[in-house]
Amino acid sequence: MSKAMEPDLQSPLGRAGGKAAKEWSHPSDNWLRGFVLDNRASLGTLAVFIVMMAVFMLANPTVFTTWYLYSSVLTTLPVALFVVVPLVFVVTCGEIDLSFPATMGFASWVFALVVQAGYDPFLGIAAALVTGTLLGFLVGSLVVYGGLSSLIATLGMNFLLRGLIQIINEGKSTALTNLADSAAYKIFSSQVWGIPVQIFWAIAFVVFSALLFNRHRFGAQVKVVGDNPDSAKQMGIDVKLVRVKVFVFTGIGAAIAGTFSVMINFTWWPTAGDGYLLPVLASVFVGGTPTWGGIGTVVGGAIGAVTVSFIQTGVVAAGLSGFYVQFFNGLIIILSLLGHKWNQARYR
Amino acid sequence: MGERIIELRDIKKSYGQVYALGGVNLSVDRGEVVGLIGDNGAGKSTLIKILSGVVKPTSGEILVRGKPVSGWSAARSRDAGIETVFQDRALAVQQTIVRNIFMGRELTGFMGWLKVNKEVAEASRLMREIGFTSKVFTPQSIVGQLSGGERQGVAIARAIYKQAELIILDEPTTALSLTETAKVFHFVRQVRASGRSILFIGHNIHHVFDIADRFVVLDRGKVALTADRTEVKSAEDLINFMEDVAHPDGLPGLHEAGEAEQRA
Repeated sequence: MSKAMEPDLQSPLGRAGGKAAKEWSHPSDNWLRGFVLDNRASLGTLAVFIVMMAVFMLANPTVFTTWYLYSSVLTTLPVALFVVVPLVFVVTCGEIDLSFPATMGFASWVFALVVQAGYDPFLGIAAALVTGTLLGFLVGSLVVYGGLSSLIATLGMNFLLRGLIQIINEGKSTALTNLADSAAYKIFSSQVWGIPVQIFWAIAFVVFSALLFNRHRFGAQVKVVGDNPDSAKQMGIDVKLVRVKVFVFTGIGAAIAGTFSVMINFTWWPTAGDGYLLPVLASVFVGGTPTWGGIGTVVGGAIGAVTVSFIQTGVVAAGLSGFYVQFFNGLIIILSLLGHKWNQARYR
Repeated sequence: MGERIIELRDIKKSYGQVYALGGVNLSVDRGEVVGLIGDNGAGKSTLIKILSGVVKPTSGEILVRGKPVSGWSAARSRDAGIETVFQDRALAVQQTIVRNIFMGRELTGFMGWLKVNKEVAEASRLMREIGFTSKVFTPQSIVGQLSGGERQGVAIARAIYKQAELIILDEPTTALSLTETAKVFHFVRQVRASGRSILFIGHNIHHVFDIADRFVVLDRGKVALTADRTEVKSAEDLINFMEDVAHPDGLPGLHEAGEAEQRA
């Protein structure tokens, strides 16, 4: 690599003129090549997804051409997307957050309480968002200012918060029958032209977050902190604050996810969110965000979430028994990781 | 030489009973490359830290453009136009050149959204200014793809942003090959040509000898020698001088060039 670049050692000391200006050109002016190089990880994830779907379709063409299958995936996928995307930020920042399932449960519990008390669901959503923000701040502060390992501390917080929910509710669920008539339900959880409306909100969230990741100071600082925290600190970045912020972002995402899951089912369960822990984590890494921090891909993570949600549906729909689901889950995860390893070099 | 950018007068720094610096005088003029040489433990890093304001001197006077300053600090140092490129370069190697140059001072517009085009344009201007031109790399290239000397170039480009007038390079050629060292020298000469000053710290006398206009040899917390480029005939002269300083009684055989070079 280094041989390719030789600074113009013969040039006189004077300012380099127009000649030098032209030398900053891309190796090839082909935009497609640049696009592929810049988006290797997410394109790889997309390839995995397309191959997987092709295999499913070949196995059972009739089921995979019916809309119902996609409709059901599109209802549950958004819930996952709202936590996968913030987790990409967390992992890129060099941390991990395993407490989001409990945050989902906690924030949606607050939502359920507000709605059950007869208030407008919009107020419930606002309350859930505040809860998610506070819990994210609590978890983040514990990890960052407490100087704890995020892996263990967030695992502990997950148990602790879930335990609190269980203690107070004694395992009882809350049915929200009046939710279906509310304006909030129509906006966030109905169907448009047969398409579950959640997916539009989720796509908007993914697009916004991708911009935040690539085109905003927050994303830039998250990447730098995950890459070289000492350097970031030296250059005046408040490393601890950036770290807390990614946990707050996850808390907000988890609150939205939890609220959406309650609105789908009209019921809040004390276990709400629990089932998302492993699929969501898998989505982040299947999506092409490496474990070591500094780089990541929001769009890749979203495609990873789509892939993971289709595995379960696909395996069953392809005519295999449910016993195969876990096997294929594992297979896809391992194959994706191998693919990403081959696809991206780690710079040190 | 032109205006005096910074001057240290009789700077002393002690850690408890131990004197790291025992009365150092040092000045840097505009457009000048000063080579600061010294063995390990000579007080080089303490001196750098004082210049960059990270460490406060126990006693002594600091003058910026001829005027004495009080309450010297990291912020004051930066206000005076002094930027330090630390030894470990402090680059985020998985990020682009642009992201490294604007690390912690991103060019943002409305609500913190990045002005990407402006950043790229500014970055290429800075890279051109230090003579870092390439047909292979763009400001959007990943720093991890660059060689050691080129990475030093990114660090220097980052330092000259914001009208820095004095760049302190802390051992910039340590662990670099000859070609890479040549690249760093090329960048340094371009920076000098743009009217900025450089304090070049090194313990490899040959490296410093090739680039500096003036040499300052530090030994056990004191300036042992200040010499203009014209006063020193060769790097060997400097090495011999340093040997004399280190071993005033003289040890047999030490003045032979081969052995001295090994020690350097």
